[in-house]
Amino acid sequence: MQGRKPEQVCLGIEATADDFGVGILDFEGKVLSNVVDAFVPESGGIHPREAARHHARVAGQVISTAIQQAKIQPEDIAIVAFSQGPGLGPCLRTGATAARALAAYIGVPLVGVNHCVAHIEIGKLATKAKDPVTLYVSGGNTLVSAFDAGRYRVFGETLDIAVGNCLDVFAREVGLRRDGVPFGAVVEKLGRKGRNFLNLPYSVKGMDLSFSGLLTAAITLYRTGKHDLEDLCYSLQETVFSMLAEVTERALAHVEKREVLLTGGVAANERLQEMLKAVADEHNSLFCGVPKEYALDNGAMIAWTGILKYRAGVTTPLVDSFVRLKWRLDDEDALWVTDKC
Amino acid sequence: MLIRKGAEASLFLEEWQGQRIILKRRLPKEYRHPQIDGRIRNYRTLHESQLLHQAKAAGVPTPVIFLVDLHESIIMMEFVEGKRLKEILPTLSPGKQKLLCKLVGRMIGCLHKNCLVHGDLTTSNMILTNDGKIVFLDFGLGEKTTALESRGVDLHLMKRAFESTHFRIAEKCFSAILKGYAEILGEEVTSRVIAKIEEIELRGRYISGRSEHEH
Repeated sequence: MQGRKPEQVCLGIEATADDFGVGILDFEGKVLSNVVDAFVPESGGIHPREAARHHARVAGQVISTAIQQAKIQPEDIAIVAFSQGPGLGPCLRTGATAARALAAYIGVPLVGVNHCVAHIEIGKLATKAKDPVTLYVSGGNTLVSAFDAGRYRVFGETLDIAVGNCLDVFAREVGLRRDGVPFGAVVEKLGRKGRNFLNLPYSVKGMDLSFSGLLTAAITLYRTGKHDLEDLCYSLQETVFSMLAEVTERALAHVEKREVLLTGGVAANERLQEMLKAVADEHNSLFCGVPKEYALDNGAMIAWTGILKYRAGVTTPLVDSFVRLKWRLDDEDALWVTDKC
Repeated sequence: MLIRKGAEASLFLEEWQGQRIILKRRLPKEYRHPQIDGRIRNYRTLHESQLLHQAKAAGVPTPVIFLVDLHESIIMMEFVEGKRLKEILPTLSPGKQKLLCKLVGRMIGCLHKNCLVHGDLTTSNMILTNDGKIVFLDFGLGEKTTALESRGVDLHLMKRAFESTHFRIAEKCFSAILKGYAEILGEEVTSRVIAKIEEIELRGRYISGRSEHEH
């Protein structure tokens, strides 16, 4: 409202996958609003085109709501940030189009943000972590990263599907229902009742992970009809989380950092949190679990990273604002990270 | 006496039968299910001791194994007397450095030719003994494979180790390694491995100078 100087807020648009999110932050890192509208398919997984249609339909409303909740006027926005990649093409393009239109309308710079970088940055902001080893686990990404020599480096990552995808597909294949909560939560709840551990392939290759064979094995076991679903969920979780914990531990021992940041949709899982905390404890490090609001895909993380980049002198001219579907986390100099090393 | 604690295993220097030995122990991880934990530690202990043995058969010196305890996930092995390549290499004359690196290259070539990759080639994992042999240590990340990708990664890691630890002499040393390597595997295979290393580097996830290659 009154008294807010124009250069003080950034509006960020997140649209890499099923969520369309808009967040508004001031330059101090205070979140003024953070609104998400999720696309929930009637059945099956996320079809990129259907998700993009959803985003196009709700974009205007979500942006208006975010602006209202932040109690600002559109003219107060100093920068518009958007998720430029990595993600699903149609979704990214929808978000980018909205961002370009808004930036052009208000007449402010555009800042393209890497979605994975944004997860780390908002995680740091939300937990006050300074220089963590990050485990980012979601439906589309599985990676272990830490800052080194000017960039967020990838120390380990999935060689095939993401861990969230593995859990989702398993849940769908064995006929679980969402009932308004994510599949991951359904699997977690069932897994708590599991008693018998079933052997599943454990696939860590150096620092990298593989989940597809494990997924097939779990589904095959289910189809034999000989095992309780509870036991299967339990065993699946124990196996994939052990793999994640091991790779995180390796990275931590190697880079010798003092914080472990857990973020992404799968970070909501309590068993995974417990394991990562144990890893952090063993190496005298602090476990930093990112609160759900900022661990899931959201617009605030895009806005915050937009601010960091803008302050480091980076903006994205219109001609360079094309979406980057396979933009790697380590493909960008993190110019704004300076106060260490 | 604990001498090194890694993410996966701890190394102890002990006395046994009047000689110094190394105990490599994979300690249990409390955070994972005991069944997973047991399986991993058991498998890796077995796997590593097999690779150490197979490397010897391939003509690459490795520590003598005295005992493998799968129950406790312990490998008891010879404490190799000598100097780590990491420390000795910078003290040598350029001619000697080249000679030594060529020998390292030949040893890596012997591993690869016999379907083995080391998985963690650094100058800390190599020991120059008094009689001029190079002993390779730590096969914990090793694999039995002939895949070009694995061979490329293996040599790439070696190159990276030189670039980070011995950056002044890295280029000369690594090209000497490739010469030695080619003596064992031949020019044709070597050139394919070199092309693979270049491809791996361009993937960008390992290197810092990526911006030069962008767009």
